[in-house]
Amino acid sequence: MANLLRKKENNTFIIGSPYFIWVVIFIVVPLIMIFYYGLIDRNGNFTLENIAAIAQPVHLKALRLALWLGVIATVICLIIAYPLAYILSQTSINRYGFVVFLFILPMWMNFLLRTLAWQTLLEKTGVINNILVFLRLPPLNIINTPAAIVLGMVYNFLPFMVLPIYNSLLKIDPNIINAARDLGANSVKVLQKIIFPLSLPGVISGITMVFIPALTTFVISNLLGGSKILLIGNVIEEEFTHAGNWHLGSGLSIVLMLFIIVNMIISSIFDKTGEGNFL
Amino acid sequence: MNFNNQKPLIHLENISKSFDGQLIIDELDLQIRENEFVTLLGPSGCGKTTLLRIIGGFETPDTGKVIFDNADITHLPPNKRPLNTVFQKYALFSHMNVGENIAFGLKIKNKPADYIAEKIAYALKLVNLDGFEKRKPDTLSGGQQQRIAIARAIVNEPKVLLLDEPLGALDLKLRQDMQYELIRLKNELGITFIYVTHDQEEALTMSDTIVVMNQGYIQQIGTPEGIYNEPENAFVADFIGESNIIDAIMIEDKLVEILGSRFACVDTGFGKRKPVDVVIRPEDVELTSKEAGTLEGVISHLIFKGVHYEMEVTAGGFEWLVHSTGMFPVGAKVGIKIDPFNIHIMHKPESEDEEAVSIEALEEQS
Repeated sequence: MANLLRKKENNTFIIGSPYFIWVVIFIVVPLIMIFYYGLIDRNGNFTLENIAAIAQPVHLKALRLALWLGVIATVICLIIAYPLAYILSQTSINRYGFVVFLFILPMWMNFLLRTLAWQTLLEKTGVINNILVFLRLPPLNIINTPAAIVLGMVYNFLPFMVLPIYNSLLKIDPNIINAARDLGANSVKVLQKIIFPLSLPGVISGITMVFIPALTTFVISNLLGGSKILLIGNVIEEEFTHAGNWHLGSGLSIVLMLFIIVNMIISSIFDKTGEGNFL
Repeated sequence: MNFNNQKPLIHLENISKSFDGQLIIDELDLQIRENEFVTLLGPSGCGKTTLLRIIGGFETPDTGKVIFDNADITHLPPNKRPLNTVFQKYALFSHMNVGENIAFGLKIKNKPADYIAEKIAYALKLVNLDGFEKRKPDTLSGGQQQRIAIARAIVNEPKVLLLDEPLGALDLKLRQDMQYELIRLKNELGITFIYVTHDQEEALTMSDTIVVMNQGYIQQIGTPEGIYNEPENAFVADFIGESNIIDAIMIEDKLVEILGSRFACVDTGFGKRKPVDVVIRPEDVELTSKEAGTLEGVISHLIFKGVHYEMEVTAGGFEWLVHSTGMFPVGAKVGIKIDPFNIHIMHKPESEDEEAVSIEALEEQS
């Protein structure tokens, strides 16, 4: 018996080993390197300066802006995604996953290309403004503003909000809703007391999946925000590329990671069952 | 109890319903009286659950009316109907504890907090689960969850409780216990129960009235004894309990020819030389010595069942099912004798429709 068990454990280990190697090379080692670089200075001595550097006004401003835009983008995604997911979960046209498929379709195209497309659309003499001018409407000036960045975030991350909510709504047994109606609840009460609370794991999962990439993005802010608007992601990227200060870049990354960890702890408290996970 | 004297509470008039072009319920009429335990019994797909959902308000019939207490409620949504449902798989709210589940209906109706607390305590006592208020539904066993589902429904003081195969997910022992619980509950509450099941034993144990359904038609309505002893057609006879259903010819009043032999019976009014169906319950077939019987046969199977022996007897080209406390060995030649009172004569189905229904169903059963 003990032999059998050990054999089984061995098998699990062998089957899991490619994943294990992957995790070590691409997740554990880079993490260790970030902490290593983040906690020493250029001379190789231990220091907390790189982390404390977040307190510098320019860094603090970038972090605050990233948090703020991330929150706005997440809220907008939630407002758009919840009704959408609800409608999708109710309709029979989606029996073959067609609508969900339409949603995933753009995700097959490169993220960078999609964001570049928005740049062309939003430019001062871009497609949208040409149409507006043609219709004798005032042109939009949102390229290179925070609004354009939020738009890019919402556009890119909306599916990550819709899918977990859709999934958790789909899991609600129709008889649970029937039972609530049977006990006297009208549609509003059913939504408020049954459907929304039961879909909360999906909502939390969606919030995490939108907020974290929004908080850390530098591509969207680069392409749609011009070089004027710096998010914390841009600052870190600059340190690694142009400034060549890996120590400062790593230190700021550690700070950013703290925010992500806090977010994930909050979501794991709500999402005990892992219901909202769809990946 | 004689329910003919009770006031009619629910009246279903000419109800039809189809899904995707398939007729589930066909022009059905049914009256349900106050304080009655009515069971809708039938094989899966017979329309019994659909009928319950129409009464509960979860489906709207294509034609016909649902009359409740003299008011037409056909198009009333479930939340406005004065009845409550216990669902097949409990359908408890997993994000609420037991107390909150039970309080749900009362909170919607804005009842005062002390009234709600009192009601929760009362309902939990009624279903023998005192002190479970703070538990989460997923920490309870199936039987306990079902009791909570019942408690959640009855605190609203419905005039009618609808139960959709509530014991279907429970194991045999628990199911039997819950049957007694449900009878007790019904007597204590003094309300009407409409119960859906495919389990004939459940129906016979609990009901005042059984409505046997098949393929959207009501086959027979009656008391458990009436349905068991006087089935109106071959489908009912076969579905309720075990039986020998044999083609026969009614020679005249009180005389029937079964498999070439003439048996005395007590039924009259079928006419002369009319083809009929005969039902004989396995426990009513008497085995005697070869000479003493009306019909001669050979034992082909013998199984000991505990309370009785189950034997199969080939006689007159038919396999008779026989239950008896005495036994004959396989191969023994025996005589078959039947008390005239135990021969139950049924009309052959008249419309082609009905015939198709019962023959198909019989094949499915065997």
